[in-house]
Amino acid sequence: MEAELIYIALAALFGIFMAWGIGANDVANAMATSVGSKALTIRQAILVAAVFEFAGAVLAGGAVTGTIRKGIVDADLMNGQPELLIYGMLASLLAAGTWLLVASRKGWPVSTTHSIVGAIVGFAAVGIGIDAVQWGKVGTIVMSWVVSPLTAGFIAFLIYLSVQRLILRHKDPLDRAKRYVPVYMFLAAFTITLVTILKGLSHVGLTISLRDSYLLAFLIALGIAIAGAFVVRRIEPDRKAEKAQHFYTVERVFGVLMIVTACGMAFAHGSNDVANAIGPLAAVISIAQSGLVASKSAIPLWVLIIGGGGIVIGLATYGRHVIATVGEKITQLTPSRGFAAELAAATTIVIASGTGIPISTTHTLVGAVLGVGMARGIEAIDLRVVGRIFISWVVTIPAGAVLAILFFFVFRAILP
Amino acid sequence: MANVLANIFGSSPVQPLEKHMDVTYRCAKQLNEFFPAAIAGDWDKASAVRDEIERLEHDADDLKKEIRLHLPKSLFMPVPREDLLELLLVQDKIANRTKDVSGLVLGRKMRIPEAIAKAFLVFVERNVDAAKQARKSVRELDELFTAGFRGAEVDLVESMIQELDRIETDTDAKQAELRAALFKIESTLNPVDAVFMYKVIELTGEIADMAERVGRRLELLLSH
Repeated sequence: MEAELIYIALAALFGIFMAWGIGANDVANAMATSVGSKALTIRQAILVAAVFEFAGAVLAGGAVTGTIRKGIVDADLMNGQPELLIYGMLASLLAAGTWLLVASRKGWPVSTTHSIVGAIVGFAAVGIGIDAVQWGKVGTIVMSWVVSPLTAGFIAFLIYLSVQRLILRHKDPLDRAKRYVPVYMFLAAFTITLVTILKGLSHVGLTISLRDSYLLAFLIALGIAIAGAFVVRRIEPDRKAEKAQHFYTVERVFGVLMIVTACGMAFAHGSNDVANAIGPLAAVISIAQSGLVASKSAIPLWVLIIGGGGIVIGLATYGRHVIATVGEKITQLTPSRGFAAELAAATTIVIASGTGIPISTTHTLVGAVLGVGMARGIEAIDLRVVGRIFISWVVTIPAGAVLAILFFFVFRAILP
Repeated sequence: MANVLANIFGSSPVQPLEKHMDVTYRCAKQLNEFFPAAIAGDWDKASAVRDEIERLEHDADDLKKEIRLHLPKSLFMPVPREDLLELLLVQDKIANRTKDVSGLVLGRKMRIPEAIAKAFLVFVERNVDAAKQARKSVRELDELFTAGFRGAEVDLVESMIQELDRIETDTDAKQAELRAALFKIESTLNPVDAVFMYKVIELTGEIADMAERVGRRLELLLSH
């Protein structure tokens, strides 16, 4: 029995550390635009992020966590030696964490999701056996890593194109912005709320009928849009900073919209990335407690809460510094562009979370930004970074796998 | 910590380009101080203004080098990199001409003939107006990027460029008048001085020419 406690404690420790890292580094992607464009102060951004990351993790993080826990490795093969899965999950967490540390030192744009999935596939394939891996599922996941940035890019392209056609290219962009931004707010809130209700809430024990889901999402979105319309109406042109087209003030109007999409992005990020930290933990707990790898048991709520809490702590401690730094560097992502990218990314991520697929939230957001760039919305995009992202796709999975295999054999040798 | 989102954005050339145009214009504007001093024979003041011109032209060169350094081929922009670099080049030529003409006049301590002095000062002012209109047009560059080079903002910039063309045509006309006036009195002047006076008129006129070329380059950007 003591061995089980050690395992759970170790897994929790590694998991919280991963969650902390995710909060410290990745959450900046969701909030930096709002801070950089002064739509939110850093303190407000931290507060917003904390609430929505946590909500995303707890309310909608269950499906992806489930996939990481038992969707990649074939549980039945392990019922004779459940401790192998424990060693493997511990090894995976440690491997992913190590790889992320190395990558951040060297400045490589690697993804937490790719790291952990690569690690799990690695230890399972080599440490247990090729058949231990559910290759069909893994194939789906890898395909989604390509599809998600493309989808987000396409949606962002369309959204920004609509912003240009409806607002920016006309003679009176400020009036049009005040008219259309509440509509965008409604769409943003409606989409994210609807997908969450339809797909995510079952893990919290709530079931709502289809018709009620649409109704609820509609009402929530309507409320947000009306509140937004009131705020937006009050914004007046700033004589000093303006030129003829009042784009400066138009951006301020979009700044209000950005707050809504930042919330959505934080929620989406929490829903997908929390699994990277606590998926393995959930696996370890379920084996350690029952001695079996029970495929069907739900993720305990407290595990999701630990994950969400770890993210929030990481965000509040180190994350504020990253948000400030990143916010300064992405000034090209003004609210009109940032909202298009964030809404596209958040929608894509939430759909993936709902279907239980772990994707890279960072790379999805980058895909969305590139989509805005395709609509001629970004002044200068450094394509070398895109090249490095592609390389990181190829390198991360083997790297995570190799590290996980190493750690797996070490753990198997030294742990009880 | 490498943040992918932060690094995906290359340094945008738009603000630096607008800043460069601003410095170039301020350089050209100094001619409105320089020539009155030269005509009045106050060479100390003229020399001080020329120093300022040199300083501003030097600043413009520094900015130009910075921009060129930060425009690698791997940068993906809504408009071609070459077009932006060409725009930068003609902007810079305005400052160069300013430095050339003021250096020439100062170096020879040239006496501008009284018969044409007043018309010449008006001519100089009109050239500086052209540079000012060019700056006004280039200032819209960031708004053009925001609008995606379509729509109402394009119409706005096109009307600015048309005004720039009008000013340049005006300077052409004034240049012709000046040359005619100089021709009438050239036999009363020292031949070397006369030839250099034609040169000064020509160099000054090129400021408006360069400004008009800035407008042309902007139009090329608009046509994408």
